[in-house]
Amino acid sequence: MKPVNQKAWLLILPVVLCVAFSAILPLMTVVNYSVQDIISPERRVFVGTEWFKAVMRDDDLQGALLRQMGFSISVLLVEIPLGIALALSMPAKGWKSSAVLVLVAISLLIPWNVVGTIWQIYGRTDIGLLGATLAKLGFEYSYTGNATHAWLTVLLMDVWHWTPLVALLCYAGLRAIPDAYYQAASIDGASKFAVFRYIQLPKLRGVLMIAVLLRFMDSFMIYTEPFVLTGGGPGNATTFLSQYLTQKAVGQFDLGPAAAFSLIYFLIILLLCFILYNWMQRVGTRDNSGGNHG
Amino acid sequence: MFEWMAWTTPVAIFFTCIVLMLIGMTVWEIKSPTVQRKGWLPIATTRGDRLFIGLVSAAYVNLAFVAVSEKMIVWFGLEQEPSIWISFVLSMLLLGLILRKG
Repeated sequence: MKPVNQKAWLLILPVVLCVAFSAILPLMTVVNYSVQDIISPERRVFVGTEWFKAVMRDDDLQGALLRQMGFSISVLLVEIPLGIALALSMPAKGWKSSAVLVLVAISLLIPWNVVGTIWQIYGRTDIGLLGATLAKLGFEYSYTGNATHAWLTVLLMDVWHWTPLVALLCYAGLRAIPDAYYQAASIDGASKFAVFRYIQLPKLRGVLMIAVLLRFMDSFMIYTEPFVLTGGGPGNATTFLSQYLTQKAVGQFDLGPAAAFSLIYFLIILLLCFILYNWMQRVGTRDNSGGNHG
Repeated sequence: MFEWMAWTTPVAIFFTCIVLMLIGMTVWEIKSPTVQRKGWLPIATTRGDRLFIGLVSAAYVNLAFVAVSEKMIVWFGLEQEPSIWISFVLSMLLLGLILRKG
């Protein structure tokens, strides 16, 4: 076996210490809280797996989890293809490309709570552009009263806010493809679709993996925007996991159940990210081997 | 110093086990480096991957058990909820299986 220089580990020690203080120690505390009934900081009672039982059997939580999964999957299904399409249609060079890049990036610069407020006004049927237009067209649109409308509005808001991120990542990926590939494709008389399927898409794998993971995790932890826009309503229609968690932890100060819930939340994210990452790695290797044979 | 972390003995034992596992895996890795291989899991894994997958699976087994333990009273005609130690043993068996054959 080749000897490996392990001194590099020393260089990451400061990062390890920072992460320990900012993430690992608090996480350990959460584990501690999840097995205790915290009545006050001084008075704590050990309750074992009681909170995990309560949380796992909580219908509201299961509802929030299902809604969350539906939301995150919808976000990925809409934003990833749309982002790729947007990146493909953006001009490649010249002043136009700079202008389009700035325009596309604008929504990314707006703070979350402002995005919520913008859409809250945008969706109003009396003064909002979207709401008023839909009302004039004869739709009975109401994001505060109708669960489907609320859900679609939150989804649309997320698409508006975050598709540019996917588009920018894909744009960067597209610009990194050497011209030689396109020249070879044109010599072979490849159609536009073939160029996309066999050159652009495989070359975008890396950035798409980052885009999918970022969008998945962000949408899975979404809090501020639906909180500002709909407050989780009507009913529970747009109460996603983090909002439910906040209600428990901050609203009702049930630290024990909230801690147990956080751990379950953490496990779900861990599992889904692991599956997504491995799946995308695998798709990539299959594509590459196909490219080599062909 | 660590009063704010609200330590309890079971959690302390849990984390001690995790730390011991990490130290053990490091020592093992230095003594005989791992080789990526393919078992019954759908992906090729190293020893560390299998430990990670095994621990996460063990957590899921315990959670699932806790979720359905109330219903088990009806299903199996029990007098009280089955002990959490049953799922602990099951999850440890699963961990062992993943580490050995995964």
